[in-house]
Amino acid sequence: MSYTLHINGQLVSVQAPGTARLLDVLREELGLTGTKEGCGEGECGACAVHMDGQLVNACLVLVCQAEGHEITTIEGVAAQARWRPLFDAFVECGAVQCGFCMPGMVMAAAALLRERPRPSEAEIVRGLSGNLCRCTGYRKIITAVQRAGERIASGS
Amino acid sequence: MNASNGVAFTPRTCEELFGVWAGQPEARLLAGGTDLLVRLKKVAAWPPLIALERVSELRGIQCVNGWLQIRACSTYCELAEDHFVQAYAPALAEAARDVGAPAIRARGTLGGNLANASPAGDSIPPLYVADALVELRSAAGTREVPITEFFRGPGQTLLQPQELICAVRLPIRRGWREAFVRLGQRAALTIAKVSVAVAVRVERDVVQEARIALGAVAPTVIRAREAEVWLCGRRLDEKTCEAAGAAAARAAEPISDIRSVADYRRAMCAVLVREALCRVSGQRGVHEHA
Repeated sequence: MSYTLHINGQLVSVQAPGTARLLDVLREELGLTGTKEGCGEGECGACAVHMDGQLVNACLVLVCQAEGHEITTIEGVAAQARWRPLFDAFVECGAVQCGFCMPGMVMAAAALLRERPRPSEAEIVRGLSGNLCRCTGYRKIITAVQRAGERIASGS
Repeated sequence: MNASNGVAFTPRTCEELFGVWAGQPEARLLAGGTDLLVRLKKVAAWPPLIALERVSELRGIQCVNGWLQIRACSTYCELAEDHFVQAYAPALAEAARDVGAPAIRARGTLGGNLANASPAGDSIPPLYVADALVELRSAAGTREVPITEFFRGPGQTLLQPQELICAVRLPIRRGWREAFVRLGQRAALTIAKVSVAVAVRVERDVVQEARIALGAVAPTVIRAREAEVWLCGRRLDEKTCEAAGAAAARAAEPISDIRSVADYRRAMCAVLVREALCRVSGQRGVHEHA
């Protein structure tokens, strides 16, 4: 089957069975390997992308469902200047260790900050509750999101 | 890459859907995918899937003639944020707000949670205490069943072959207060060990009507009817909440499984019912912090 997907601001045509996971299409067909596969069951958030601005797990969305929605991956977020402070804050705070969960963490953080520019700590914990990190213990990630929120909201 | 090389259909209307389904009787319906796709991961050959994503008749929340109608493919996010749901089914809004995690709430649907028919399904106790009706549709027409009769056991419902859940309808009631409380291993992404929804109608501090639903402590969600009757005519003070909790726990028939053990579940049933009743009475629950 042929599907037309709207990914990171571009329309792309892919050949895939309708039951192919969005995750596999992104990684295998389109080479967008920033999106990671962790559990493949919606528990870890490593494959998180935005669908019409909402955080979803690309392992639980099929290509036939993704058609007609605007998909943004970590590559799309990384290309937007407004999210630069988010990446910087993660690096500055030492919030990244092995890095495998990072694309999903950043996608979850970006979805949260779009809704709540200056989230409380409880809101950050809630916003990132679907993303597992096995290295950092989360503390530095929370600090990074807080710092990024302040900078983005104040425009500095 | 997993073994998903199957066929998927994306009908836009119920009529189209039933047409496709008639030609593919072994097909499975796919709503949000947060349960079904996880289960299919372990399956080598997928059945054909009919994605409900684009069926417009299955989307939307509205008030019609004294009823709150929630179409089946409404997501948890939509339930949590909808002002009608918040006003007329607050326990359901509360359950939807805390289920899973953000990415699950964006995709998981009310109809999917009902079709999955887990005794631990978070949306179910709130529907029990709201006296909800489930609207089922097939090519032959529609029928309605009370939510309390819809489930037959774990994973089992009244749904006939080629019949789907198209909506849930809740009577709009005035003067009721509701609460939902759940207990899991952690706050996010966890299946409840025990869940409780309560609804009470109180006049001059005295309970006129009560509903108590218990999740994950029997083969289906159940009502604690003896405790409900006992509550009527009483003032919702701390002692009453406590005694009603103990009475409700007697209705539970929990099992021990990977998530918890029967005795603990029964004990927590009493605690959660007390908490929920304390909350609707306006008292601060024991486990709520200042």
